Amino acid sequence: MWNYIGRRILATIPVLLTVAVLVFLMLRLTPGDPAAVIAGDAATTQDVAEIRAKLGLDRPVVTQFFIWIGRGLQGDFGESFFYKKTVASLIADRIEPTLALATLTIILATLIAVPLGTLAAYRQGSWIDRIVMAISVIGFSVPVFVIGYVLIYVFALQLGWFPVQGYQRLADGFGGFLHRLMLPSITLAMVFVALLARMTRTSVLEVLNEDYVRTARAKGLPNLKVLVFHALRNAAVPIVTVIGLGIAVLIGGVVVTESVYNIPGLGRLTVDAVLARDYPTVQAVILLFSFAYVAINLAIDLTYTVLDPRIRY
Amino acid sequence: MIVEAPAIAAGKPGVWLRLLRNPSVLIGALLFGLIALMGIAAPLLSSIDPGAINPSNRNKTPGYETAARDDEGRKITHKAIMGTDSLGRDIYTRVVYGARVSLIVGVTVSVLSIAVGLLIGLFTGYLRWLDGIVMRVMDGLMAIPTILLAIALVSLSGASLMTVIIAVAIPDIPRVVRLVRSIVLSIREEPYVEAAISVGTPTIKVLWRHVLPNTIPPLIVQATFTCGSAILLEAILSFLGVGIPPETPTWGNIMAEGRSLFQVYPHNILFPGAFLTLTVLAINMLGDGLRDTLDPRMSKRL
Repeated sequence: MWNYIGRRILATIPVLLTVAVLVFLMLRLTPGDPAAVIAGDAATTQDVAEIRAKLGLDRPVVTQFFIWIGRGLQGDFGESFFYKKTVASLIADRIEPTLALATLTIILATLIAVPLGTLAAYRQGSWIDRIVMAISVIGFSVPVFVIGYVLIYVFALQLGWFPVQGYQRLADGFGGFLHRLMLPSITLAMVFVALLARMTRTSVLEVLNEDYVRTARAKGLPNLKVLVFHALRNAAVPIVTVIGLGIAVLIGGVVVTESVYNIPGLGRLTVDAVLARDYPTVQAVILLFSFAYVAINLAIDLTYTVLDPRIRY
Repeated sequence: MIVEAPAIAAGKPGVWLRLLRNPSVLIGALLFGLIALMGIAAPLLSSIDPGAINPSNRNKTPGYETAARDDEGRKITHKAIMGTDSLGRDIYTRVVYGARVSLIVGVTVSVLSIAVGLLIGLFTGYLRWLDGIVMRVMDGLMAIPTILLAIALVSLSGASLMTVIIAVAIPDIPRVVRLVRSIVLSIREEPYVEAAISVGTPTIKVLWRHVLPNTIPPLIVQATFTCGSAILLEAILSFLGVGIPPETPTWGNIMAEGRSLFQVYPHNILFPGAFLTLTVLAINMLGDGLRDTLDPRMSKRL
């Protein structure tokens, strides 16, 4: 097992390195001089030269990459052109809302989708099953921002149950924090519910045909007990895998949801930085999101090897 | 448990009939056809210029009778069934013309990503020495969240229809490569491929005659889903302000324009949002149905 864990961790290094090279090259492969692009139309030749020196653009490309990644590993992503702060402190400021939104979304989505998917599998072919499948097709098709605006329209503007936009820090009180975060999380959870309910249904369906489920039923266990302790428990691995892979969808959704609800998180920072052509920030945020995605999936993979005795490598 | 009928390979007689019998394919295709027709017939469905700005008609609610004067000074009235935006442009007209951009993006992106992905996938699956390097690059590309990769690519190359199409297609390529490669890897072990290689068939011919036909059914399914997600992604990019230039009528742009006044005039967002949703829903239904009919193995996996 340790051998496998070691190999699995080593195998992510080339992926991370490739991501780093791609993110780095994005800026270098831009048509024209990146320094001139950053400086803008009104810049003088001197401004451009200054930026070029600041970015280290006057050095060979390979050297530039290693300087950039070396500093990045120490948490130094340079200084934002737009915010006039270090990128690291900018990210530290913005990470709380994003983490809060993502966490609440995963919790809500799991609480809704897993029971729905299990029920659909248990009553396969019934109207419940058809409704769950319909929800999952619709969930994939409705864009996050459309869901967001419809929810704002109904629950904030018409009913007045939730504030329209904005974010409150956790330090300023848990009640207000949760109240403001609820609508954005429900919005983002919709897409996730579609993905998760479908996967839960498929994997529970598979397990329901197993011998041990029939044995459990035969010895007279109540249906609910069979579903939760026998079926769902054994279907957990593919469900958790989908949660992990869904992190990519979630990150994309965070960018959009934060813009709709005006939440000052990393997603908004990405869009603002792109619009301001603030490349050091863009690079750092994309790198951070991609690394987080890879790391979460690695962690999920490794958890199986530890928790599920059937998985042996 | 429903026992699935034995799979019949696509291309044999009966595939069209089975497609027609699938309600998901039928409804999806019909709905998509209607929206495509709307985009093609846009100039017939509205007599107004989608870019026409009219300050006196700003922010009108749906159903308002707008008035404008033509070049000869005659008064033209027109009922804005979906209202107008903050520049006085007719939402209905912009929504109808917006279908064009969405369809162009959807179709071009799927063709582009399938073509490039197929080419890379065929060769990497077949030629072992290429496999390692190419797949590492693909893994790296897939680790970057799609929206972020697309946003970064557009922002670097400047926003236009062309760059948006390329930026939306690039994140999709690794998915196609993986799909094609997995098919190639299983097909190349088949006895008939081994036989073909053993009698000295050139690589290109083996790929063309024996491997390529096997990739077609799953690729049709993939192309359909790619078309839907590309339309969605283009709308998101436009909505965030990093997509196609704002004066072009696209569903994402109409919504982006309506953002600031959403609380007062929600129709600016709700109408294009509804069309966008319907379009993507139609394509996804079509994709689901195609997958069940053309590629039963894949439908079991998900």
